[in-house]
Amino acid sequence: MTQTLSGAAPGVPVLSERGFALSHLDALESEAVHIFREVAGEFERPVILFSGGKDSIVMLHLALKAFAPAAVPFSLLHVDTGHNFPEVLEYRDRTVAQHGLRLHIASVQDYIDRGVLRERPDGTRNPLQTVPLTEKIQSERFDAVFGGGRRDEEKARAKERVFSLRDEFSQWDPRRQRPELWQLYNGRHAPGEHVRVFPLSNWTELDVWQYIAREHIELPEIYFAHDREVFQRSGMWLTAGEWGGPKDGESVEKRLVRYRTVGDMSCTGAVDSDATTLDAVIAEIAASRLTERGATRADDKMSEAAMEDRKREGYF
Amino acid sequence: MTSINTPIRVDTLRFATAGSVDDGKSTLVGRLLHDSKSVLTDQLEAVERASASRGQDAPDLALLTDGLRAEREQGITIDVAYRYFATARRRFILADTPGHVQYTRNMVTGASTADLAVVLVDARNGVIEQTRRHAAVAALLRVPHVVLAVNKMDLVDYDEATFERIVEDFAGHAAESGLPGFTPVPVSALRGDNVVERSAHMDWYTGPALLEHLETVPVASDESAAPARFPVQYVIRHGEVRHYAGQLVSGTLRVGDRVTVHPSGETSAIAGIDVLGREADIARAPQSLTLRLADQRDVSRGDMITAGPHAPALTQDVRAAVCHLADRALRVGDRVLVKHTTRTVKAVVEDLGGAVELTANDLGRIVLRTAGPLALDDYAEVRRTGAFILVDPADGATLTAGMADLSA
Repeated sequence: MTQTLSGAAPGVPVLSERGFALSHLDALESEAVHIFREVAGEFERPVILFSGGKDSIVMLHLALKAFAPAAVPFSLLHVDTGHNFPEVLEYRDRTVAQHGLRLHIASVQDYIDRGVLRERPDGTRNPLQTVPLTEKIQSERFDAVFGGGRRDEEKARAKERVFSLRDEFSQWDPRRQRPELWQLYNGRHAPGEHVRVFPLSNWTELDVWQYIAREHIELPEIYFAHDREVFQRSGMWLTAGEWGGPKDGESVEKRLVRYRTVGDMSCTGAVDSDATTLDAVIAEIAASRLTERGATRADDKMSEAAMEDRKREGYF
Repeated sequence: MTSINTPIRVDTLRFATAGSVDDGKSTLVGRLLHDSKSVLTDQLEAVERASASRGQDAPDLALLTDGLRAEREQGITIDVAYRYFATARRRFILADTPGHVQYTRNMVTGASTADLAVVLVDARNGVIEQTRRHAAVAALLRVPHVVLAVNKMDLVDYDEATFERIVEDFAGHAAESGLPGFTPVPVSALRGDNVVERSAHMDWYTGPALLEHLETVPVASDESAAPARFPVQYVIRHGEVRHYAGQLVSGTLRVGDRVTVHPSGETSAIAGIDVLGREADIARAPQSLTLRLADQRDVSRGDMITAGPHAPALTQDVRAAVCHLADRALRVGDRVLVKHTTRTVKAVVEDLGGAVELTANDLGRIVLRTAGPLALDDYAEVRRTGAFILVDPADGATLTAGMADLSA
């Protein structure tokens, strides 16, 4: 049966013994494009959260396809922690220029410099992103904010809607979420409120990688195996740098690693890997016995409800 | 199992699970994920840590699916959770609907997009009120396939007669609800009998294990034989050309097909189809695409383009079956918004099947008078164009799920 299905080109429904069926990637792509177009049809000022990470890159790719041959009718927003991988910033700026997009930046460093936010003792800036993000949404009057969150990432996200209502403080109240039926997304909101929209809700990490391979989407180089100066903390390989590592008792070594997720340098860990190509990365993920966040995110290891707590406060 | 051999081109089964409290649903879901090797080491370690800290000696698989702090604190599941797993044969999206509070609302939500529903009963209790409710919801939402999973068979000594009695009882209620059929499977989620592997304890049962059934049940793919329905989401203007963007929610469209635009009634022909960057002669549901028409027509978001002999009913009097979802009641005379495909119109509630009001989790009937015409199909014929939701115009809350019934 899968043999019958395997020959066709992307996007072409295949006649199997069960009738016509879209492949799972085509079905996910179609669903995501439908979501982008619903937002374009019903909101005034949508924006795509764009970090230069693979999920946001896939979101932008889907948006480009959804509105071709015209331009994407949204701008981009990067919440900049100041602890960025240079390769990712370079990728971000190149992509923005290539597609003629407008990029907004909410800078955590600005907030620290102005004394509004204070650096945490552990040096991690991930939890500090919420305030700059929320204030940028308010000041720019964004009414729909696309995030690359996937339900397979984490237990609290498994209960997230595709359209997720947020109050003026960006807070997520699980008990106030609307039942979401069929593909009828209810985006009504009061002035000052906005809706977080997750077009990749039903994608898994493997789907994202398979789609990147199928669509020949370029990624920042740090997603592939490379030599890097790293040190070990909380069982993860972190990049040595100005942001606060290594500390006493931690030693730097050069290892062959790659990143499975891309976030703030201070809490995103690299994994040992010799996967230098997309196919090798896909094989590695398919065989991995650790979740993406479990393997690479220090902030999610803090407590059983770490993600839920950050979501309630307005995190993406 | 997400193995290295998972082929890129597999199809997807969307299914929902429904059971009442203590039917062992979380354990069943945990077992499906665990035994299909979809649970990864760090997730399992987290469950082991949490189980141990509560003084349990074996990992409580139910903890895999309890997502929110309030749920863990109260030991219940509040909200529909979505799970993802894959085998070499198929990819699965599971809507795990809690059986505690608001179980009707949650099951309606999960069932609305499901190809299959697993209804769980406890072999010791048999069919209870909530089971009958689940059968009714599955019938109402037209879920194409239903599995009756009779759980905790280990606690009734794997007794065939007990199983048969429950199946017979459920069959009676299923027929009453208008459920076309169902597949019964005797399982023990706790022991793993007939979940992923066939049980050695029930040689009287010759059918497939639950996962085997999920892997092989045909998914609804005859959509392409259904009437062609294309709700317009957005108009992409490029130079002089207008591309009508949307998802083909039912049927097939070909270049050259004569089409009608609703509600204007204007007709034209399809001049071109683009399927996300690829020009195509034919498009099939559920593809997202853009259409070009041969003639200049006034088409915008909220319109529906259709083809073929079966036209939708254009009406301002909507008769439907409903499930009320919100905590606030719905009353005769209420002013609401109807969201149907890409169109939202004002409406007033004219009748509630004789009732004065509907409260949360009520199943009932409705007659609406809408401010503008809707291009409706019978929900039984086309799910996507027969379904609608009612929205409170004051605060935007989703109030009610509706399934159009043109024959009523």
